Amino acid sequence: MKAFAALFEALDQTNKTQEKINILAEYLLHASDEDRLWTIALFTGRKPTRIANTTQLRNWAACAAGLPNWLVEATWHTVGDLGETLAGILPEPDVTTIPLNSLAATIQQIFQIHALNSEEAKAAAVITMWKQLSKTERFLFNKLIAGSLRIGVSQGLLIKAISQAFQLPENIIAHRLMGNWDPRTTTFQQLILHPQASDQLSKPYPFFLAYSLEDISQIQSNLSEWVAEHKWDGIRAQLIVRNNQLFVWTRGEELVTDRYPEFHPLLSQIPSGTVIDGEILAWRNNKPLPFQFLQKRMGRKTPSKKLIEEIPVVLMAYDLLEHQGLDIRNEPLIHRKKILEKLVYNCNVNTLKLSEIFFAHSWESLLQERERSAEKGSEGLMLKHCDSVYGTGRKKNGWWKWKVDPLTIDAVMIYAQSGHGRRAGLFTDYTFAVWDDQRKLVPIAKAYSGLSDDEILQLDRWIKQHTLEKFGPVRSVEPLQVFELAFEGIQTSTRHKSGIALRFPRIARWRTDKKAEDANTLADLKALISIV
Amino acid sequence: MAELVTLTDHGLYCPQADLYIDPWKGVKRAIITHGHSDHARYGSTYYLCHHHSIPILKTRLGDIAVQGLDYGETIISNGVTISLHPAGHVVGSAQVRLEYKGEVWVISGDYKTQADGISQAFEPVTCHTFITESTFGLPFFHWQPQWVVMRQIQQWWERNRSDGISSILFAYSLGKAQRILANLDTSVGPIIVHGATHAMNEACRQAGINLPPTYRVSELPDASLSKGALVIAPSSAAGNSWLRRFEPYRTAVASGWMAMRGARRWQAADRGFILSDHADWHGLNQAIQATGAKRILVTHGYADLFSRWLIEQGLNASVLKTQFTGEQVNEPETEITET
Ligand SMILES: [Zn+2]
Ligand SMILES: [Zn+2]
Repeated sequence: MKAFAALFEALDQTNKTQEKINILAEYLLHASDEDRLWTIALFTGRKPTRIANTTQLRNWAACAAGLPNWLVEATWHTVGDLGETLAGILPEPDVTTIPLNSLAATIQQIFQIHALNSEEAKAAAVITMWKQLSKTERFLFNKLIAGSLRIGVSQGLLIKAISQAFQLPENIIAHRLMGNWDPRTTTFQQLILHPQASDQLSKPYPFFLAYSLEDISQIQSNLSEWVAEHKWDGIRAQLIVRNNQLFVWTRGEELVTDRYPEFHPLLSQIPSGTVIDGEILAWRNNKPLPFQFLQKRMGRKTPSKKLIEEIPVVLMAYDLLEHQGLDIRNEPLIHRKKILEKLVYNCNVNTLKLSEIFFAHSWESLLQERERSAEKGSEGLMLKHCDSVYGTGRKKNGWWKWKVDPLTIDAVMIYAQSGHGRRAGLFTDYTFAVWDDQRKLVPIAKAYSGLSDDEILQLDRWIKQHTLEKFGPVRSVEPLQVFELAFEGIQTSTRHKSGIALRFPRIARWRTDKKAEDANTLADLKALISIV
Repeated sequence: MAELVTLTDHGLYCPQADLYIDPWKGVKRAIITHGHSDHARYGSTYYLCHHHSIPILKTRLGDIAVQGLDYGETIISNGVTISLHPAGHVVGSAQVRLEYKGEVWVISGDYKTQADGISQAFEPVTCHTFITESTFGLPFFHWQPQWVVMRQIQQWWERNRSDGISSILFAYSLGKAQRILANLDTSVGPIIVHGATHAMNEACRQAGINLPPTYRVSELPDASLSKGALVIAPSSAAGNSWLRRFEPYRTAVASGWMAMRGARRWQAADRGFILSDHADWHGLNQAIQATGAKRILVTHGYADLFSRWLIEQGLNASVLKTQFTGEQVNEPETEITET
């Protein structure tokens, strides 16, 4: 636990991506296999089961610190974070009995405490642990047992660090980290170094993402080498058929096979060893329904017959990543598209559609097609080079998205403020931020319209549970929720810390399918200035 | 009988002696506990303070009529015996003791119980009524020994320096700046100070406090010396173009508030050093106990919570609503800005 706490502190003390990678790689290199596995698990959002609720933790800590409950609660309200508060109020650790517990051993303890059947026994065991841990260790331990540990390290950074430590290509690591592996049933060797074919059965590939094309001069090669297709506005997903089983994964790394029974008949139509990248769309009358319809499906783990009839979905296939059991991501796009086309035409289930491609003869013809986006129900066009590979992450080559106005960006909510009038007492004014080149969040806009009453209520609850600090009516919240903001224009501004100002920013929608790290960057925004 | 000290809209007032302690409006006679801007305000006719505070007050308030006292020295005003006692907060900081007909009140001003090697260490003064601050009056705040924090700062600076990077340390210009200067190994490299910090250093030097040599930017014999230097500045300089000349640099904040992770993120500094000139939870409790006072009046900070805690400890405690602000995450605007 000591080494893990030191890692946490060291990561916390730098904003430089390369330094973070070095720190993490160094740690991974020297950690035991068990600690490596658990570190990767925690860094990818996998948590041990929570063993106490906040009230229990508060009472136990008050008891251990000899403080009245009300004072612990008031202190918590000031500090904002329960794990941190409790780590801070507990008496100094008993230095004579500090064991050099590894992270894995600490987590093992947590599982053992979880298995205890009385609250008294749990309290006693937790208090014993507190006595053995230093302040940062305690903080992390508290977050672990409350099930609320979050670490500000992106998946991309973790992948780079593993790659650096173990000399493996990044795209292979990215793939191995995908899916629903469980640190209790796998090992570091199985997960990262020597995966077995059966472990890989359900694993999707890392999604390839595109930057926005802000200026057509960014496309340098001959336009005739490019194809265009519509950028559909749904949930990006991979449909996997392997070993006579079907899996559907979203870009948020959620396995959603059960949510969309419409795709289950595809199992008999698509040969094993196939992975299709596409977009799940709510679909009626040969046209996508607005995103809000799809949202109703997204929340339902097992949709009712009625809902399926009301809001049927399709998969709009963009790309083919695996064919006949072979990874074909490095084949030229045009080749992949041809095989995909055949696959879709041979398929007798109408929930699989092919995303049509257009050859880019001229910018005029592309513009004309883009103009039809609203009518077709798409967000704009994607431009892809004929020879482009299917990469990992977001790259500035091969693929571009070319959206129609209004301009939109994905931003992370960092502050919330309570509203007035009808919505007094509810948090309705939000401040949003994007990533700067140091991977820090810089505020770029305030927005308070665009959410439904239900969403406001839901968000209000979330804000109250995830407040970091309070200053007057303003709260800073954990930077986890991503919103798509629409706006009419963008300008440079010296009055704003970000250096830019958005015109009429408003919330287009709550992107529960995206993670904070997926939000746009300040560079993305600055690039917009040149064209607006 | 009227209280020896009451609270008026001008501040803490002793009617018998007709004088105010740290008034926030101009009065005829003011005793000033220390030179921070929430305690030493402009506009009074006569000032009384510890003689180390005189140059600090004159720097902040201009040419004022001020009389200095030693710690323990007494003066008598209309039957009230007045004396100042070390508060250990900043250079020249004092607790004010007032005695009238055997009744003793002590007004703590701001204080810390940890010796800092630069301001005379806090001494508890026996009294009947103790007016205490409570800036960090929550059980969350526990300071580490000073040498631990100074070692962290030293290592941070030396590491940055070996990376060829300057170290910008944001610290209160009165108190923490001198404390850091006096306790670091300054042979490592040059130390550059912001104008606001420089003004307070000079005032302390005039008071006879020994501080290691520092440079202002304009005094650097060679501009390249700023590379890898330690730069001490008030937090108002953050984001200021004045800092640009030191690039590349890393930033840190020295403040008691850095104990809260959120505060450091909010400050957007690379590092936070938990260093405060105020007493922590144990310090406050120990200091109060050491006075033997049965009646405690609690001012700035977590006054409500802290007085409720004291009541549960069997003391007669209540809140005194003053306008003192205590240590703030951002130092209040200093008059001196640099560009
Ligand atoms: Zn002060
Ligand atoms: Zn104060």
